[in-house]
Amino acid sequence: MRQSVLPVLTVVALIFGLWYGAAVALNAPWARDQAQRAGVELSFSELVADTWAQKKPKLPAPHQVAVEIWNTTVEKKITSKRSLVYHSWITLSATLLGFALGTGLGIALAVGIVFNRTMDMSVMPWIIASQTVPILAVAPMIIVVLNAVGVSGLLPKAIISMYLSFFPVVVGMVKGLRSPDAMQLDQIRTWNASTSQGFWKLRLPSSMPYLFASLKIAMAASLVGAIVGELPTGAVAGLGARLLAGSYYGQTIQIWSALIMAAALAAGLVALIGVIQRVALKRMGMA
Amino acid sequence: MGWIVFGIAVWLAGWWANVRLSTLSGNRAVALAVPLIFGAVLILMWEAAVRGFGINPVLLPAPSAIAVRFASSTHILWQDFVQTVLKGALSGYVIGCGAAFMTAIVVDRFDFLRRGLLPVGNFVAALPIIGMAPILVMWFGFDWQSKAAVVVVMVFFPMLVNTVEGLRATDAMQRDLMHTYGASYWQGLAKLRLPAAMPFIFNGLKIATTLALIGAIVAEFFGSPIKGMGFRISTSVGQLALDLVWAEIVVAAIVGSAFYGGVALLEKAVTFWHPSQRGRT
Repeated sequence: MRQSVLPVLTVVALIFGLWYGAAVALNAPWARDQAQRAGVELSFSELVADTWAQKKPKLPAPHQVAVEIWNTTVEKKITSKRSLVYHSWITLSATLLGFALGTGLGIALAVGIVFNRTMDMSVMPWIIASQTVPILAVAPMIIVVLNAVGVSGLLPKAIISMYLSFFPVVVGMVKGLRSPDAMQLDQIRTWNASTSQGFWKLRLPSSMPYLFASLKIAMAASLVGAIVGELPTGAVAGLGARLLAGSYYGQTIQIWSALIMAAALAAGLVALIGVIQRVALKRMGMA
Repeated sequence: MGWIVFGIAVWLAGWWANVRLSTLSGNRAVALAVPLIFGAVLILMWEAAVRGFGINPVLLPAPSAIAVRFASSTHILWQDFVQTVLKGALSGYVIGCGAAFMTAIVVDRFDFLRRGLLPVGNFVAALPIIGMAPILVMWFGFDWQSKAAVVVVMVFFPMLVNTVEGLRATDAMQRDLMHTYGASYWQGLAKLRLPAAMPFIFNGLKIATTLALIGAIVAEFFGSPIKGMGFRISTSVGQLALDLVWAEIVVAAIVGSAFYGGVALLEKAVTFWHPSQRGRT
Protein backbone atom coordinates (compact mmCIF):
# COMPACT_ATOMS: atom_id res chain seq x y z
CA MET A 1 0.00 0.00 0.00
CA ARG A 2 2.71 2.43 1.08
CA GLN A 3 4.90 1.79 -1.97
CA SER A 4 2.12 2.92 -4.27
CA VAL A 5 1.75 6.38 -2.70
CA LEU A 6 4.63 7.90 -4.66
CA PRO A 7 3.53 6.50 -8.06
CA VAL A 8 -0.08 7.57 -7.47
CA LEU A 9 1.02 11.07 -6.49
CA THR A 10 3.23 11.24 -9.57
CA VAL A 11 0.37 10.25 -11.83
CA VAL A 12 -2.00 12.72 -10.18
CA ALA A 13 0.61 15.48 -10.50
CA LEU A 14 1.05 14.51 -14.15
CA ILE A 15 -2.70 14.79 -14.71
CA PHE A 16 -2.78 18.27 -13.17
CA GLY A 17 0.21 19.28 -15.29
CA LEU A 18 -1.51 18.06 -18.44
CA TRP A 19 -4.69 19.86 -17.37
CA TYR A 20 -2.90 23.21 -16.96
CA GLY A 21 -1.08 22.70 -20.24
CA ALA A 22 -4.28 21.80 -22.07
CA ALA A 23 -5.96 24.88 -20.58
CA VAL A 24 -3.26 27.05 -22.12
CA ALA A 25 -3.49 25.33 -25.49
CA LEU A 26 -7.30 25.38 -25.67
CA ASN A 27 -7.85 28.91 -24.35
CA ALA A 28 -4.97 30.59 -26.18
CA PRO A 29 -6.86 31.37 -29.43
CA TRP A 30 -9.53 33.32 -27.52
CA ALA A 31 -6.89 35.20 -25.49
CA ARG A 32 -4.94 36.10 -28.66
CA ASP A 33 -8.12 37.20 -30.37
CA GLN A 34 -9.06 39.48 -27.46
CA ALA A 35 -5.56 40.93 -27.34
CA GLN A 36 -5.57 41.63 -31.07
CA ARG A 37 -8.86 43.49 -30.79
CA ALA A 38 -7.51 45.56 -27.93
CA GLY A 39 -4.43 46.20 -30.02
CA VAL A 40 -1.92 44.84 -27.53
CA GLU A 41 0.79 42.25 -27.97
CA LEU A 42 0.75 39.48 -25.37
CA SER A 43 4.00 38.16 -23.96
CA PHE A 44 4.09 34.44 -23.21
CA SER A 45 3.67 34.83 -19.45
CA GLU A 46 0.74 37.23 -19.96
CA LEU A 47 -0.82 34.75 -22.35
CA VAL A 48 -0.53 31.93 -19.83
CA ALA A 49 -1.92 34.10 -17.05
CA ASP A 50 -4.85 35.08 -19.24
CA THR A 51 -5.69 31.52 -20.30
CA TRP A 52 -5.91 30.50 -16.66
CA ALA A 53 -8.26 33.33 -15.69
CA GLN A 54 -10.88 33.61 -18.44
CA LYS A 55 -14.56 33.94 -17.57
CA LYS A 56 -15.84 31.39 -20.07
CA PRO A 57 -12.80 29.29 -20.96
CA LYS A 58 -12.97 26.22 -23.15
CA LEU A 59 -11.17 24.38 -20.39
CA PRO A 60 -11.03 26.07 -16.98
CA ALA A 61 -7.83 25.63 -15.02
CA PRO A 62 -8.08 23.50 -11.85
CA HIS A 63 -7.75 26.44 -9.50
CA GLN A 64 -10.68 28.22 -11.22
CA VAL A 65 -12.84 25.16 -10.61
CA ALA A 66 -11.63 24.96 -7.02
CA VAL A 67 -12.52 28.62 -6.44
CA GLU A 68 -15.97 28.09 -8.00
CA ILE A 69 -16.61 25.06 -5.81
CA TRP A 70 -15.50 27.01 -2.72
CA ASN A 71 -17.75 29.93 -3.65
CA THR A 72 -20.80 27.78 -4.30
CA THR A 73 -20.47 25.48 -1.31
CA VAL A 74 -18.99 27.37 1.61
CA GLU A 75 -19.84 30.96 0.82
CA LYS A 76 -23.44 30.44 -0.28
CA LYS A 77 -26.30 29.58 2.04
CA ILE A 78 -27.26 25.92 1.74
CA THR A 79 -30.85 26.82 0.92
CA SER A 80 -29.79 29.07 -1.95
CA LYS A 81 -30.55 27.87 -5.47
CA ARG A 82 -26.99 28.66 -6.45
CA SER A 83 -25.47 26.52 -3.74
CA LEU A 84 -23.82 23.38 -4.97
CA VAL A 85 -24.59 21.71 -1.65
CA TYR A 86 -28.31 22.19 -2.32
CA HIS A 87 -28.04 20.61 -5.77
CA SER A 88 -25.84 17.80 -4.48
CA TRP A 89 -28.39 17.02 -1.81
CA ILE A 90 -31.17 16.74 -4.41
CA THR A 91 -29.08 14.33 -6.45
CA LEU A 92 -27.90 12.46 -3.38
CA SER A 93 -31.41 11.86 -2.06
CA ALA A 94 -32.54 10.43 -5.41
CA THR A 95 -29.40 8.32 -5.56
CA LEU A 96 -29.88 6.88 -2.09
CA LEU A 97 -33.59 6.16 -2.60
CA GLY A 98 -32.87 4.46 -5.93
CA PHE A 99 -29.99 2.56 -4.39
CA ALA A 100 -32.16 1.30 -1.55
CA LEU A 101 -34.96 0.28 -3.94
CA GLY A 102 -32.49 -1.37 -6.33
CA THR A 103 -30.71 -3.27 -3.57
CA GLY A 104 -34.02 -4.48 -2.16
CA LEU A 105 -35.29 -5.59 -5.55
CA GLY A 106 -31.94 -7.19 -6.38
CA ILE A 107 -31.77 -9.22 -3.18
CA ALA A 108 -35.41 -10.30 -3.51
CA LEU A 109 -34.85 -11.44 -7.10
CA ALA A 110 -31.64 -13.24 -6.15
CA VAL A 111 -33.37 -15.14 -3.34
CA GLY A 112 -36.17 -16.11 -5.73
CA ILE A 113 -33.69 -17.22 -8.36
CA VAL A 114 -31.65 -19.33 -5.95
CA PHE A 115 -34.65 -21.08 -4.38
CA ASN A 116 -36.96 -21.42 -7.37
CA ARG A 117 -35.79 -23.23 -10.45
CA THR A 118 -38.59 -21.94 -12.66
CA MET A 119 -37.70 -18.40 -11.78
CA ASP A 120 -34.01 -19.07 -12.39
CA MET A 121 -34.68 -20.38 -15.87
CA SER A 122 -37.25 -17.82 -16.97
CA VAL A 123 -36.10 -14.58 -15.32
CA MET A 124 -32.30 -14.77 -15.33
CA PRO A 125 -31.82 -14.48 -19.12
CA TRP A 126 -34.15 -11.48 -19.19
CA ILE A 127 -32.29 -9.76 -16.37
CA ILE A 128 -29.11 -10.03 -18.41
CA ALA A 129 -30.89 -8.88 -21.57
CA SER A 130 -32.42 -5.95 -19.69
CA GLN A 131 -28.97 -4.49 -19.18
CA THR A 132 -28.14 -4.44 -22.88
CA VAL A 133 -30.97 -1.92 -23.28
CA PRO A 134 -29.36 1.46 -22.76
CA ILE A 135 -31.80 2.49 -20.03
CA LEU A 136 -30.25 5.91 -19.68
CA ALA A 137 -31.56 6.62 -23.14
CA VAL A 138 -35.05 5.76 -21.98
CA ALA A 139 -34.78 7.98 -18.92
CA PRO A 140 -36.52 11.03 -20.45
CA MET A 141 -39.55 8.95 -21.36
CA ILE A 142 -39.84 7.43 -17.89
CA ILE A 143 -39.66 10.91 -16.35
CA VAL A 144 -42.24 12.41 -18.71
CA VAL A 145 -44.68 9.49 -18.47
CA LEU A 146 -44.49 9.34 -14.68
CA ASN A 147 -44.99 13.10 -14.59
CA ALA A 148 -48.12 12.67 -16.71
CA VAL A 149 -49.64 10.20 -14.24
CA GLY A 150 -48.84 12.58 -11.41
CA VAL A 151 -45.66 11.05 -10.01
CA SER A 152 -42.92 13.66 -9.92
CA GLY A 153 -40.03 14.81 -7.83
CA LEU A 154 -37.79 12.21 -6.31
CA LEU A 155 -39.42 8.97 -7.37
CA PRO A 156 -38.94 9.01 -11.18
CA LYS A 157 -35.22 9.67 -10.79
CA ALA A 158 -35.00 7.00 -8.12
CA ILE A 159 -36.66 4.51 -10.45
CA ILE A 160 -33.96 5.06 -13.08
CA SER A 161 -31.31 4.66 -10.39
CA MET A 162 -33.06 1.51 -9.25
CA TYR A 163 -33.03 0.03 -12.74
CA LEU A 164 -29.29 0.63 -13.04
CA SER A 165 -28.39 -0.58 -9.57
CA PHE A 166 -30.44 -3.77 -9.18
CA PHE A 167 -28.48 -5.70 -11.81
CA PRO A 168 -25.08 -5.88 -10.10
CA VAL A 169 -26.84 -6.80 -6.86
CA VAL A 170 -28.77 -9.67 -8.48
CA VAL A 171 -25.69 -11.08 -10.17
CA GLY A 172 -23.52 -10.73 -7.07
CA MET A 173 -26.13 -12.12 -4.67
CA VAL A 174 -26.95 -15.12 -6.86
CA LYS A 175 -23.27 -15.93 -6.95
CA GLY A 176 -22.94 -15.31 -3.21
CA LEU A 177 -25.99 -17.33 -2.16
CA ARG A 178 -24.65 -20.21 -4.22
CA SER A 179 -21.13 -19.89 -2.85
CA PRO A 180 -21.40 -22.42 0.04
CA ASP A 181 -19.87 -25.64 -1.25
CA ALA A 182 -21.41 -29.10 -1.13
CA MET A 183 -19.57 -29.98 2.07
CA GLN A 184 -21.04 -27.04 3.97
CA LEU A 185 -24.54 -27.70 2.60
CA ASP A 186 -24.25 -31.36 3.64
CA GLN A 187 -23.04 -30.32 7.06
CA ILE A 188 -26.02 -28.09 7.67
CA ARG A 189 -28.31 -30.87 6.45
CA THR A 190 -26.82 -33.33 8.94
CA TRP A 191 -27.74 -30.83 11.62
CA ASN A 192 -31.30 -31.19 10.36
CA ALA A 193 -31.60 -27.50 9.44
CA SER A 194 -34.71 -26.41 7.60
CA THR A 195 -34.44 -24.50 4.30
CA SER A 196 -34.99 -21.18 6.04
CA GLN A 197 -32.38 -22.00 8.70
CA GLY A 198 -29.97 -22.94 5.94
CA PHE A 199 -30.67 -19.60 4.31
CA TRP A 200 -30.26 -17.45 7.41
CA LYS A 201 -27.34 -19.29 8.98
CA LEU A 202 -25.30 -20.40 5.98
CA ARG A 203 -26.24 -18.93 2.64
CA LEU A 204 -26.89 -15.33 3.66
CA PRO A 205 -23.73 -14.91 5.76
CA SER A 206 -21.52 -16.45 3.08
CA SER A 207 -22.97 -14.14 0.44
CA MET A 208 -21.87 -10.98 2.27
CA PRO A 209 -18.49 -10.43 0.55
CA TYR A 210 -20.23 -10.72 -2.83
CA LEU A 211 -23.02 -8.39 -1.70
CA PHE A 212 -20.60 -5.64 -0.70
CA ALA A 213 -18.62 -5.91 -3.92
CA SER A 214 -21.83 -5.45 -5.92
CA LEU A 215 -23.11 -2.67 -3.65
CA LYS A 216 -20.11 -0.55 -4.62
CA ILE A 217 -20.87 -0.95 -8.33
CA ALA A 218 -24.57 -0.40 -7.67
CA MET A 219 -23.90 2.84 -5.82
CA ALA A 220 -21.81 4.27 -8.65
CA ALA A 221 -24.43 3.22 -11.19
CA SER A 222 -27.20 4.70 -9.06
CA LEU A 223 -25.52 8.11 -9.01
CA VAL A 224 -25.18 8.08 -12.80
CA GLY A 225 -28.87 7.23 -13.03
CA ALA A 226 -29.88 10.11 -10.78
CA ILE A 227 -27.75 12.60 -12.72
CA VAL A 228 -29.10 11.54 -16.10
CA GLY A 229 -32.61 11.44 -14.65
CA GLU A 230 -32.32 15.16 -13.94
CA LEU A 231 -31.52 16.11 -17.52
CA PRO A 232 -35.00 15.96 -19.08
CA THR A 233 -36.82 17.70 -16.24
CA GLY A 234 -35.73 20.99 -17.73
CA ALA A 235 -32.76 21.78 -15.52
CA VAL A 236 -34.63 22.57 -12.32
CA ALA A 237 -32.38 21.24 -9.61
CA GLY A 238 -29.65 18.71 -9.02
CA LEU A 239 -26.16 18.15 -10.35
CA GLY A 240 -27.49 16.95 -13.71
CA ALA A 241 -29.47 20.17 -14.03
CA ARG A 242 -26.32 22.16 -13.30
CA LEU A 243 -24.56 20.29 -16.09
CA LEU A 244 -27.38 20.99 -18.53
CA ALA A 245 -27.76 24.65 -17.56
CA GLY A 246 -24.02 25.09 -17.81
CA SER A 247 -23.95 23.62 -21.30
CA TYR A 248 -26.85 25.85 -22.41
CA TYR A 249 -25.15 29.05 -21.28
CA GLY A 250 -21.55 28.05 -21.97
CA GLN A 251 -20.68 28.27 -18.27
CA THR A 252 -17.81 25.81 -18.42
CA ILE A 253 -16.60 26.50 -14.90
CA GLN A 254 -20.06 25.62 -13.61
CA ILE A 255 -20.05 22.36 -15.57
CA TRP A 256 -16.66 21.37 -14.26
CA SER A 257 -17.52 22.20 -10.66
CA ALA A 258 -20.72 20.12 -10.90
CA LEU A 259 -18.68 17.33 -12.44
CA ILE A 260 -16.03 17.41 -9.70
CA MET A 261 -18.80 17.51 -7.10
CA ALA A 262 -20.40 14.43 -8.66
CA ALA A 263 -17.04 12.69 -8.67
CA ALA A 264 -16.47 13.53 -5.02
CA LEU A 265 -19.97 12.29 -4.20
CA ALA A 266 -19.34 8.99 -6.01
CA ALA A 267 -15.98 8.52 -4.35
CA GLY A 268 -17.41 9.34 -0.93
CA LEU A 269 -20.36 6.96 -1.26
CA VAL A 270 -18.21 4.10 -2.53
CA ALA A 271 -15.68 4.70 0.24
CA LEU A 272 -18.52 4.69 2.80
CA ILE A 273 -19.64 1.26 1.60
CA GLY A 274 -16.03 0.15 1.80
CA VAL A 275 -15.87 1.16 5.46
CA ILE A 276 -19.18 -0.59 6.26
CA GLN A 277 -17.88 -3.65 4.46
CA ARG A 278 -14.70 -3.75 6.50
CA VAL A 279 -16.51 -3.33 9.79
CA ALA A 280 -19.27 -5.82 8.97
CA LEU A 281 -16.96 -8.50 7.63
CA LYS A 282 -14.64 -8.10 10.58
CA ARG A 283 -17.48 -8.58 13.05
CA MET A 284 -18.61 -11.64 11.10
CA GLY A 285 -15.07 -12.99 11.26
CA MET A 286 -14.55 -12.92 7.51
CA ALA A 287 -11.90 -10.30 7.01
CA MET B 1 -63.24 -7.18 -19.87
CA GLY B 2 -62.48 -9.90 -22.39
CA TRP B 3 -58.91 -8.65 -22.75
CA ILE B 4 -58.28 -8.79 -19.02
CA VAL B 5 -59.56 -12.35 -18.82
CA PHE B 6 -57.36 -13.18 -21.79
CA GLY B 7 -54.34 -11.66 -20.08
CA ILE B 8 -54.91 -13.59 -16.88
CA ALA B 9 -55.41 -16.79 -18.88
CA VAL B 10 -52.15 -16.25 -20.76
CA TRP B 11 -50.37 -15.58 -17.50
CA LEU B 12 -51.63 -18.77 -15.85
CA ALA B 13 -50.92 -20.86 -18.96
CA GLY B 14 -47.39 -19.49 -19.27
CA TRP B 15 -46.73 -20.02 -15.61
CA TRP B 16 -47.98 -23.59 -15.74
CA ALA B 17 -45.95 -24.33 -18.87
CA ASN B 18 -42.76 -22.94 -17.35
CA VAL B 19 -43.17 -24.82 -14.08
CA ARG B 20 -43.69 -28.04 -16.03
CA LEU B 21 -40.81 -27.37 -18.40
CA SER B 22 -38.33 -26.43 -15.70
CA THR B 23 -38.82 -29.74 -13.88
CA LEU B 24 -37.65 -31.55 -17.01
CA SER B 25 -33.97 -32.37 -17.07
CA GLY B 26 -32.23 -29.42 -18.63
CA ASN B 27 -31.33 -29.72 -22.27
CA ARG B 28 -30.73 -26.84 -24.63
CA ALA B 29 -34.24 -26.65 -26.05
CA VAL B 30 -35.82 -26.32 -22.60
CA ALA B 31 -33.23 -23.76 -21.51
CA LEU B 32 -34.18 -21.71 -24.56
CA ALA B 33 -37.94 -22.27 -24.40
CA VAL B 34 -38.49 -21.20 -20.79
CA PRO B 35 -37.22 -17.60 -21.13
CA LEU B 36 -38.91 -17.30 -24.52
CA ILE B 37 -42.28 -18.30 -23.05
CA PHE B 38 -41.70 -15.86 -20.20
CA GLY B 39 -40.99 -13.03 -22.63
CA ALA B 40 -43.95 -13.86 -24.86
CA VAL B 41 -46.29 -13.98 -21.86
CA LEU B 42 -45.00 -10.61 -20.71
CA ILE B 43 -45.69 -9.01 -24.11
CA LEU B 44 -49.16 -10.58 -24.39
CA MET B 45 -50.05 -9.41 -20.88
CA TRP B 46 -48.85 -5.91 -21.75
CA GLU B 47 -51.04 -5.90 -24.85
CA ALA B 48 -54.02 -7.24 -22.91
CA ALA B 49 -53.56 -4.73 -20.11
CA VAL B 50 -53.34 -1.78 -22.48
CA ARG B 51 -56.47 -2.86 -24.35
CA GLY B 52 -58.38 -4.14 -21.33
CA PHE B 53 -57.86 -1.08 -19.14
CA GLY B 54 -57.94 1.34 -22.08
CA ILE B 55 -54.58 2.91 -21.18
CA ASN B 56 -53.92 6.13 -23.03
CA PRO B 57 -51.39 5.46 -25.85
CA VAL B 58 -49.59 8.63 -24.81
CA LEU B 59 -48.63 6.91 -21.58
CA LEU B 60 -48.01 3.37 -22.67
CA PRO B 61 -48.56 2.25 -26.27
CA ALA B 62 -49.50 -1.37 -26.92
CA PRO B 63 -46.80 -3.68 -28.38
CA SER B 64 -48.84 -4.00 -31.58
CA ALA B 65 -48.91 -0.20 -32.00
CA ILE B 66 -45.15 -0.10 -31.50
CA ALA B 67 -44.66 -2.83 -34.10
CA VAL B 68 -46.81 -0.93 -36.60
CA ARG B 69 -44.86 2.25 -35.97
CA PHE B 70 -41.58 0.35 -36.27
CA ALA B 71 -42.57 -1.06 -39.65
CA SER B 72 -43.82 2.27 -40.99
CA SER B 73 -40.78 4.36 -40.00
CA THR B 74 -37.89 2.08 -40.82
CA HIS B 75 -36.12 4.78 -42.84
CA ILE B 76 -36.02 7.14 -39.84
CA LEU B 77 -34.84 4.36 -37.58
CA TRP B 78 -32.16 3.35 -40.08
CA GLN B 79 -30.92 6.93 -40.39
CA ASP B 80 -30.73 7.25 -36.61
CA PHE B 81 -29.02 3.89 -36.37
CA VAL B 82 -26.30 4.96 -38.82
CA GLN B 83 -25.79 8.29 -37.06
CA THR B 84 -25.67 7.02 -33.49
CA VAL B 85 -24.46 3.45 -33.65
CA LEU B 86 -22.21 3.22 -36.69
CA LYS B 87 -20.74 6.73 -36.60
CA GLY B 88 -20.85 7.59 -32.89
CA ALA B 89 -20.75 4.44 -30.81
CA LEU B 90 -18.75 2.10 -33.02
CA SER B 91 -15.96 4.49 -33.97
CA GLY B 92 -15.64 5.62 -30.35
CA TYR B 93 -15.62 2.00 -29.20
CA VAL B 94 -12.81 1.06 -31.58
CA ILE B 95 -10.71 4.16 -30.79
CA GLY B 96 -11.30 3.96 -27.03
CA CYS B 97 -10.65 0.23 -26.67
CA GLY B 98 -7.64 0.42 -29.00
CA ALA B 99 -6.11 3.35 -27.10
CA ALA B 100 -6.76 1.65 -23.77
CA PHE B 101 -5.13 -1.54 -25.03
CA MET B 102 -1.99 0.29 -26.20
CA THR B 103 -1.81 2.26 -22.94
CA ALA B 104 -2.19 -0.95 -20.97
CA ILE B 105 0.81 -2.50 -22.71
CA VAL B 106 2.94 0.57 -21.97
CA VAL B 107 1.69 0.72 -18.38
CA ASP B 108 2.41 -2.95 -17.90
CA ARG B 109 6.00 -2.49 -19.12
CA PHE B 110 6.82 0.05 -16.39
CA ASP B 111 5.96 -1.08 -12.89
CA PHE B 112 6.04 2.48 -11.56
CA LEU B 113 3.33 3.55 -14.00
CA ARG B 114 1.24 0.49 -13.22
CA ARG B 115 1.26 1.14 -9.49
CA GLY B 116 0.43 4.78 -10.06
CA LEU B 117 -2.14 4.50 -12.81
CA LEU B 118 -4.12 1.48 -11.62
CA PRO B 119 -5.59 3.06 -8.46
CA VAL B 120 -6.34 6.23 -10.41
CA GLY B 121 -7.93 4.17 -13.20
CA ASN B 122 -10.04 2.21 -10.73
CA PHE B 123 -11.17 5.47 -9.17
CA VAL B 124 -12.03 7.09 -12.52
CA ALA B 125 -13.89 3.96 -13.65
CA ALA B 126 -16.35 4.48 -10.77
CA LEU B 127 -16.98 8.15 -11.56
CA PRO B 128 -20.02 9.45 -13.45
CA ILE B 129 -18.00 9.96 -16.65
CA ILE B 130 -21.21 10.61 -18.55
CA GLY B 131 -21.08 14.11 -17.07
CA MET B 132 -18.20 14.85 -19.43
CA ALA B 133 -20.71 14.75 -22.28
CA PRO B 134 -21.66 18.48 -22.28
CA ILE B 135 -17.99 19.49 -22.23
CA LEU B 136 -17.05 17.20 -25.08
CA VAL B 137 -20.05 18.33 -27.10
CA MET B 138 -18.80 21.88 -26.61
CA TRP B 139 -15.31 20.96 -27.79
CA PHE B 140 -16.06 18.71 -30.74
CA GLY B 141 -19.28 20.20 -32.08
CA PHE B 142 -22.74 18.72 -32.46
CA ASP B 143 -22.02 16.01 -35.01
CA TRP B 144 -20.93 12.43 -34.40
CA GLN B 145 -17.33 13.33 -33.51
CA SER B 146 -18.37 14.58 -30.07
CA LYS B 147 -20.43 11.41 -29.52
CA ALA B 148 -17.44 9.28 -30.42
CA ALA B 149 -15.32 11.33 -28.01
CA VAL B 150 -17.77 10.68 -25.17
CA VAL B 151 -17.69 6.96 -25.96
CA VAL B 152 -13.86 6.99 -26.01
CA VAL B 153 -13.72 8.57 -22.55
CA MET B 154 -16.36 6.17 -21.19
CA VAL B 155 -14.84 2.92 -22.41
CA PHE B 156 -11.19 3.85 -21.83
CA PHE B 157 -10.79 3.22 -18.11
CA PRO B 158 -12.78 -0.02 -17.69
CA MET B 159 -10.86 -1.41 -20.67
CA LEU B 160 -7.51 -0.18 -19.32
CA VAL B 161 -8.04 -1.64 -15.86
CA ASN B 162 -9.14 -5.00 -17.25
CA THR B 163 -6.27 -5.28 -19.71
CA VAL B 164 -3.61 -4.35 -17.15
CA GLU B 165 -5.14 -6.88 -14.78
CA GLY B 166 -5.10 -9.50 -17.53
CA LEU B 167 -1.48 -8.91 -18.46
CA ARG B 168 -0.58 -9.83 -14.89
CA ALA B 169 -2.61 -13.03 -14.98
CA THR B 170 0.31 -15.35 -15.77
CA ASP B 171 2.09 -16.90 -12.80
CA ALA B 172 5.81 -16.88 -12.10
CA MET B 173 6.27 -20.48 -13.24
CA GLN B 174 4.91 -19.76 -16.73
CA ARG B 175 7.04 -16.64 -17.09
CA ASP B 176 10.12 -18.53 -15.91
CA LEU B 177 9.46 -21.15 -18.56
CA MET B 178 9.38 -18.47 -21.27
CA HIS B 179 12.59 -17.14 -19.79
CA THR B 180 14.34 -20.50 -20.01
CA TYR B 181 13.25 -20.72 -23.65
CA GLY B 182 15.24 -17.50 -24.13
CA ALA B 183 12.11 -15.58 -25.20
CA SER B 184 12.48 -11.83 -25.64
CA TYR B 185 10.00 -9.43 -24.01
CA TRP B 186 7.93 -9.19 -27.17
CA GLN B 187 7.89 -12.95 -27.72
CA GLY B 188 6.81 -13.47 -24.14
CA LEU B 189 4.10 -10.87 -24.61
CA ALA B 190 2.77 -12.28 -27.87
CA LYS B 191 2.98 -15.98 -27.03
CA LEU B 192 2.20 -16.14 -23.33
CA ARG B 193 0.89 -13.01 -21.68
CA LEU B 194 -1.50 -11.66 -24.32
CA PRO B 195 -3.26 -15.00 -24.80
CA ALA B 196 -3.48 -15.37 -21.01
CA ALA B 197 -4.92 -11.87 -20.78
CA MET B 198 -7.69 -12.55 -23.31
CA PRO B 199 -10.44 -13.51 -20.80
CA PHE B 200 -9.85 -10.22 -18.97
CA ILE B 201 -9.63 -8.22 -22.18
CA PHE B 202 -12.94 -9.65 -23.35
CA ASN B 203 -14.50 -8.88 -20.00
CA GLY B 204 -13.52 -5.25 -20.57
CA LEU B 205 -14.75 -5.34 -24.16
CA LYS B 206 -18.14 -6.68 -23.05
CA ILE B 207 -18.56 -4.01 -20.36
CA ALA B 208 -17.59 -1.42 -22.95
CA THR B 209 -20.34 -2.47 -25.41
CA THR B 210 -23.19 -1.27 -23.21
CA LEU B 211 -21.22 1.80 -22.12
CA ALA B 212 -20.59 2.74 -25.74
CA LEU B 213 -24.30 2.72 -26.62
CA ILE B 214 -25.26 4.62 -23.49
CA GLY B 215 -22.56 7.22 -24.09
CA ALA B 216 -23.49 7.80 -27.72
CA ILE B 217 -27.20 8.17 -26.97
CA VAL B 218 -26.94 10.32 -23.85
CA ALA B 219 -24.38 12.64 -25.49
CA GLU B 220 -27.06 13.50 -28.03
CA PHE B 221 -29.23 14.99 -25.28
CA PHE B 222 -26.68 17.81 -25.03
CA GLY B 223 -26.93 18.80 -28.67
CA SER B 224 -26.95 16.92 -31.96
CA PRO B 225 -27.83 17.29 -35.62
CA ILE B 226 -31.46 16.49 -36.41
CA LYS B 227 -30.91 12.78 -36.53
CA GLY B 228 -29.73 10.15 -34.10
CA MET B 229 -31.40 7.89 -31.57
CA GLY B 230 -30.89 10.16 -28.57
CA PHE B 231 -32.17 13.18 -30.50
CA ARG B 232 -35.22 11.23 -31.71
CA ILE B 233 -36.01 9.96 -28.23
CA SER B 234 -35.82 13.37 -26.58
CA THR B 235 -37.80 15.18 -29.27
CA SER B 236 -40.43 12.45 -29.64
CA VAL B 237 -41.00 12.49 -25.90
CA GLY B 238 -41.64 16.19 -26.25
CA GLN B 239 -44.17 15.53 -29.02
CA LEU B 240 -45.73 12.70 -26.98
CA ALA B 241 -45.07 10.30 -29.89
CA LEU B 242 -44.31 7.52 -27.48
CA ASP B 243 -44.73 4.76 -30.04
CA LEU B 244 -41.73 6.14 -31.95
CA VAL B 245 -39.75 6.32 -28.69
CA TRP B 246 -40.54 2.69 -28.02
CA ALA B 247 -39.54 1.77 -31.56
CA GLU B 248 -36.16 3.44 -30.92
CA ILE B 249 -35.88 1.52 -27.67
CA VAL B 250 -36.52 -1.71 -29.56
CA VAL B 251 -33.74 -0.78 -31.98
CA ALA B 252 -31.44 0.05 -29.07
CA ALA B 253 -32.25 -3.24 -27.36
CA ILE B 254 -31.61 -5.24 -30.54
CA VAL B 255 -28.37 -3.38 -31.26
CA GLY B 256 -27.21 -3.68 -27.64
CA SER B 257 -27.91 -7.40 -27.49
CA ALA B 258 -26.35 -8.04 -30.91
CA PHE B 259 -23.26 -6.02 -30.02
CA TYR B 260 -22.84 -7.84 -26.72
CA GLY B 261 -23.61 -11.21 -28.31
CA GLY B 262 -21.10 -10.60 -31.09
CA VAL B 263 -18.32 -9.83 -28.63
CA ALA B 264 -19.33 -12.87 -26.55
CA LEU B 265 -19.16 -15.10 -29.65
CA LEU B 266 -15.74 -13.72 -30.50
CA GLU B 267 -14.68 -14.40 -26.93
CA LYS B 268 -15.83 -18.00 -27.25
CA ALA B 269 -13.75 -18.42 -30.40
CA VAL B 270 -10.62 -16.79 -28.95
CA THR B 271 -10.65 -18.12 -25.38
CA PHE B 272 -11.99 -21.62 -26.11
CA TRP B 273 -9.32 -22.99 -23.74
CA HIS B 274 -10.57 -21.13 -20.66
CA PRO B 275 -12.45 -23.17 -18.01
CA SER B 276 -15.45 -20.85 -18.10
CA GLN B 277 -15.89 -21.57 -21.82
CA ARG B 278 -15.05 -25.28 -21.73
CA GLY B 279 -17.64 -25.97 -19.06
CA ARG B 280 -20.52 -25.07 -21.36
CA THR B 281 -21.48 -27.06 -24.40
